[in-house]
Amino acid sequence: MTTLTDDTLPVTPRAMRDEMIVFAVMALLLAAVPFTGVYPFFVMQALCFALLACAFNLLVGYGGLLSFGHAMFLGTAGYCSAHALKVWALPPELGILVGVAAAFVLSIVTGYISIRRQGIYFSMITLALSQLLYFIYLQAPFTHGEDGIQGIPQGRMFGVLDLSKPTVLYYVVLVGFLAGFLLIFRIINSPFGEVLKSIRENEQRAISLGYRTDQYKFLAFVLSGTLAGFAGALKVFVAQNASLTDVHWTMSGEVVLMTLVGGLGTVFGPVVGAFVIIAMQQYLAGFGQWVTVIQGAIFVVCVLTFRRGVVGEIAHYFRRSL
Amino acid sequence: MQALYAQLLVGLINGSFYALLSLGLAVIFGMLNIINFAHGALYMMGAFVAYFLLNLGGINYWWALLLAPIIVGIFGMILERTMLQWLTGLDHLYGLLLTFGIALIVQGVFQNYFGSSGLPYAIPDQLRGGMNLGFMFLPIYRGWVVVFSLAVCLATWFLIEKTQLGAYLRAATENPTLVRAFGINVPRMITLTYGLGVGLAALAGVLSAPINQVRPLMGADLIIVVFAVVVIGGMGSIMGSIITGFALGVIEGLTKYFYPEASNTVVFVLMVLVLLVKPTGLTGRAA
Repeated sequence: MTTLTDDTLPVTPRAMRDEMIVFAVMALLLAAVPFTGVYPFFVMQALCFALLACAFNLLVGYGGLLSFGHAMFLGTAGYCSAHALKVWALPPELGILVGVAAAFVLSIVTGYISIRRQGIYFSMITLALSQLLYFIYLQAPFTHGEDGIQGIPQGRMFGVLDLSKPTVLYYVVLVGFLAGFLLIFRIINSPFGEVLKSIRENEQRAISLGYRTDQYKFLAFVLSGTLAGFAGALKVFVAQNASLTDVHWTMSGEVVLMTLVGGLGTVFGPVVGAFVIIAMQQYLAGFGQWVTVIQGAIFVVCVLTFRRGVVGEIAHYFRRSL
Repeated sequence: MQALYAQLLVGLINGSFYALLSLGLAVIFGMLNIINFAHGALYMMGAFVAYFLLNLGGINYWWALLLAPIIVGIFGMILERTMLQWLTGLDHLYGLLLTFGIALIVQGVFQNYFGSSGLPYAIPDQLRGGMNLGFMFLPIYRGWVVVFSLAVCLATWFLIEKTQLGAYLRAATENPTLVRAFGINVPRMITLTYGLGVGLAALAGVLSAPINQVRPLMGADLIIVVFAVVVIGGMGSIMGSIITGFALGVIEGLTKYFYPEASNTVVFVLMVLVLLVKPTGLTGRAA
C-alpha cells in the first residue's frame, strides 16, 4: 500500500494551535457574510457541500477508503427529512433528526457490506450500492420519482427561529456546519483518528500491532455517512426540495472532486474545494454540458500535477498541517 | 413462454456486453493496477465511431467492427502514454479518479454535440430478419451478437492463457521487474494491454449500436453495473469474468420476466449477497 500523501506531519500542540487559529478566522469570515452583501443562498449551499466533503474526507483522507457513493447519504437524509417535514409536519429540529437517523442506519448497513473488501473494490461496491438506492428511490412512491419532494415548509426551529427568513436560516446552517466541522476535527485528532491514519499508511502493520482494523474502518464509515446525512438534512432547508440528483453518482463524483481540489487528508481542504466547485458551477451555469467537461479536466489536472490540492500545497509550503 | 425466451435472449445480449467489458477491466487491472472508470465512455466511443464511419465515410458495419476497436484502442493507448503511465506507484485511488475525469470529459463533449437522445444505427443487411426456432422467433442480429461476443471472449481467453504473448503478460502481472530483466519491454506491453482492454469495450459498443441506439450516456450507467459484475466475479480469472458476465445477464433477463420492478437492481442485490456470503468474490483472490 503506497501512502496517500508524501508529507504526513505529526500532530503537535503547535499544529493544533495553527489549525484553531485558521478555524477561528474561517468562522468569523463566515459569520460576517450577511453583512457583506454576498448572496447568502450561495454560501449556504456551499456550506452544506463543504460539510459533506469534510465527512467524505474523514473516510478517504484519514482512513484511505475512497467511497464513490457518498451521495446516497446526502440523498437519503434529504428525502427522509423532507418527508418528515412535509408529510408528517414535524418541526425542523426533529426533521433533521429523522434525516440523520436514516443516514446512520444506512451507513451501518452499507458499511457492514462494503468494508469487507479493500482498495479499489471498496470504491466499486460503494458506487454500486448508491446506484441500487438510486433505482429504489426512482421507483419508491414517497420520493415522487422524477419530480422529487418539493415545496418543503421551513418552519420554526425550536419554536422560535423562523427559518423562512434568509438571515436566520443562514446562521442556523452556519452553526450546523461549524458543529459538524468541529466534531470531525475532534475525531481526526483523537486516538481513534491516529489509529485510522495508521491504517491508511500501513494496514498490515496496524493489524500486527493488535488493532482490529475492520472495526476502526467500520466506525469511520458510520461517522462519515452520518455526518454526510447531516449535511443532506441541512440542505433540505436551503434548497427546499429533495430530488434524485442528490442520490445520483454524478453527485458522488462532485464530492470527490471538491475534496481533491481542496486537498485530500487536509482539515480545511474540503471546505475550500466545496466553495471553489460551487462557485464554478454558479458562474458556468450557462455553458451547459461544458461544466461536466471542465470538471473532468480538473480531475485530470489535479491527479496528474496537483495531488496535494489547494490547502495541501499551502500547508506543504509553510510546513504546517492544515 | 415466448416472452420468457425473448427476455432470456435480451439477458444473453446484456450478458455479452457485461462479459466483454468486465473482461477488459480485468485485463487492464492485471497489468496497470487501475480500475478503468473510462471504460463506459470508451464503449460509447466505439458506438459513435461506427456511426461516424457509416454516416460520414460510408464505411459499413463489418469494417466498423474491425476499425472502431482499433481507432478507440489507439485513443486509449494515447491516454495511457500521456496520462495513466504517470500514476505508476501511486495509490490505487488516483487511477480511479483520473479515469473518472477522462470519462466526464469524453461524455461531456459528446453530450454537447449530440444531446442525450439516441442516434439510429441500422442493422446490416446480411443480419436482418429472423429465424423461427419452433419455440421462439430469433432476430438474427441478436443471435449474432451473442455468438460473436462469446467467440471474442474465448479468443481473448486463449490469447492470454495459451499463447507465448499471454505468458509474458501474465508474468509481467506477477512481477514486472523480473520480466523486464529478461529483456521484455514491459511499458510497451502495458500500453498494448490497455489498448486491448479498451478495444474490447469499443467492440461491445459497435455490437450494441444497432440494438440500443448510439447515445452519449449509453456507457455511464452500464459501467456501474459492470463494476458490480466485477465485484461478484472477482478479477483474478479471465474465464471467471466471462462466465460471470453471461450468467448475470441471464439472471437479469429472467428477473425482467418474473419480477420486472427489480430488473434494474438485481445485479446490485446479487453483489450484496455475494459479499455477505463470500467476500472475496466468486473466483477472485483476496484483494
